[in-house]
Amino acid sequence: MKLRLRHRFDGFTLDLALEAGAGITALFGRSGAGKSTVINAVAGLLRPDEGHLEVEGEVLMDTARGLHVPPHKRRFGTVFQDARLFPHLSVAQNLDFGTRYAPRGSKIPREDVIDLLGLRALLERAPPTLSGGEKQRVALGRALLSAPRMLLMDEPLASLDATRKQEILPYLEHLRDGPLRLPILYVSHAVDEITRLADTLVLLKDGGITAQGPLRDVMSDPATVPLLGVRDAGSVLEAVVTGHAQDGLSTLKISAGLLHLPGVQAPVGAQLRIRIMAQDVMLASTRPDGLSAQNILPVTVETIRIGEGPGAAIALRAGTDRLLARITRRAVAQLQLTEGAQIYAVLKATAVAPINIGS
Amino acid sequence: MVTLDMVTLDTVAWDALRLSLWVAVWTTVIAVPLALWVAWILARREFWGKSLVSALVHLPLVLPPVVTGYVLLLIFSPSAPVGAALASVGLTLAFTWTGAVLAAIVMGFPLMVRAMRLAIEAVDPRLEDAAATLGASRAGVFTRVTLPLIAPGILAGAVMGFAKAMGEFGATITFVANIPGQTQTLPIAIWTALQIPGGEGAAAAMALLSCAVALGAVFISEALARRVATRIGSRT
Repeated sequence: MKLRLRHRFDGFTLDLALEAGAGITALFGRSGAGKSTVINAVAGLLRPDEGHLEVEGEVLMDTARGLHVPPHKRRFGTVFQDARLFPHLSVAQNLDFGTRYAPRGSKIPREDVIDLLGLRALLERAPPTLSGGEKQRVALGRALLSAPRMLLMDEPLASLDATRKQEILPYLEHLRDGPLRLPILYVSHAVDEITRLADTLVLLKDGGITAQGPLRDVMSDPATVPLLGVRDAGSVLEAVVTGHAQDGLSTLKISAGLLHLPGVQAPVGAQLRIRIMAQDVMLASTRPDGLSAQNILPVTVETIRIGEGPGAAIALRAGTDRLLARITRRAVAQLQLTEGAQIYAVLKATAVAPINIGS
Repeated sequence: MVTLDMVTLDTVAWDALRLSLWVAVWTTVIAVPLALWVAWILARREFWGKSLVSALVHLPLVLPPVVTGYVLLLIFSPSAPVGAALASVGLTLAFTWTGAVLAAIVMGFPLMVRAMRLAIEAVDPRLEDAAATLGASRAGVFTRVTLPLIAPGILAGAVMGFAKAMGEFGATITFVANIPGQTQTLPIAIWTALQIPGGEGAAAAMALLSCAVALGAVFISEALARRVATRIGSRT
């Protein structure tokens, strides 16, 4: 999917070019950044001032030619933040609404979707009696059954509490990794969702795109620290579980060595995506001794980005991965950090909270 | 003083009842689609002169009915241009039962439009957007999402239109007068009976009849509402 978009609001202009291919493309931006406008323009619910949308060589929108394919002919299944289940239909009938309009031959078996999303027990229920998480699962099932060419998700978890979120995230991961392999454009302002789900990350700020690329590259780029916020910035790594010790710590292998982390539920051999918060990474110029921290990795300083405040963001090469550390400018001076320097990154075992460990 | 033996129904009463039901059914059949269309436009469209259309629709609600009847007479009497044009194609409205239907439509229209407009405005357009993204065309969205959601409002409007047609008096008697068997509806027949010395018995009988019809209409509409509710699967 290729999108070019220009749309004026009161006060600001959204102006961007976006590409989304296989996997989950996450569009991140704070509230009011224009994320929903992008979704609505792609779905065909909004006619932008200027825009061009192309999917698989088919042009669906071209304002220059006055072309606007109506939403029902675009086949973008859309899951909205507010579920939007039809209140006059049961869960089963809501699902059938999706099936009804799916093109012949491209239908996803209804039973598969019901099993995938765990909807069997809900079929006869009326939408108003469902919990928020159940509603979103039904909305997702309904969108899947319409056999979309791509799924658009507009803050699908934003109205759910942390427990309900945890209930849905595995389904989305299954959608990404499972046999359907449906391309998804996922809009969110929650960094934890994005780091867990996205393959490609697009950062939206002040009406434009400030960074775009594979999740790991964008997340470990020091330039994203001010965009995501100091608290949310952190690198994303792939890890394999190699063992669980008696004392509750598990060993995970990353390209730079081994990590010892608590709270890992996945079995030995499982591939995990872990997020290491930039503010939880300490740096040492020599290998520290007599330290309680369990994880010490040899790293190479790649880039140093001095912020406007007292902080600095440091990108570190760790094996084939890149880590991000946020330390103070004073520390940069004291350690005499320069690009290319061989140093050590120190991670407390709890630096990686369980929520950041996705499967 | 009305005593029980005075309460009898003569042919005048039965004719009046038959005419009233006939007028009410035609009023409902003609006015429901028309009112739905106007309600839709008022609820969903923005256009120049919208408030004027709204005011015009609601005018019969605030005008004295006799004035509405008089205005109808001014427009549709055979000597007026519109009335003459209609008469030339064989449709005479003044002093005929068709005129009674027109009067009932005009008088009931504000009530019907209001009930339907509220129902349409209560439908979340975002549900319709969601239906469109699932592949439903505009017609599909209307018949499968919008219509089921506003069906109770349409039914309520229809019941109001029917009841108004059964009870309309002022505009009707002004526009189509009081011709037994032709334009004498039940309320007009009751009023006429009350004008005649000794007519209280007949009036009371017809009043009872009126109550019976009204009750019957309420029961039927309740049953219909239940059926609509189950058909569209609403369990809320």
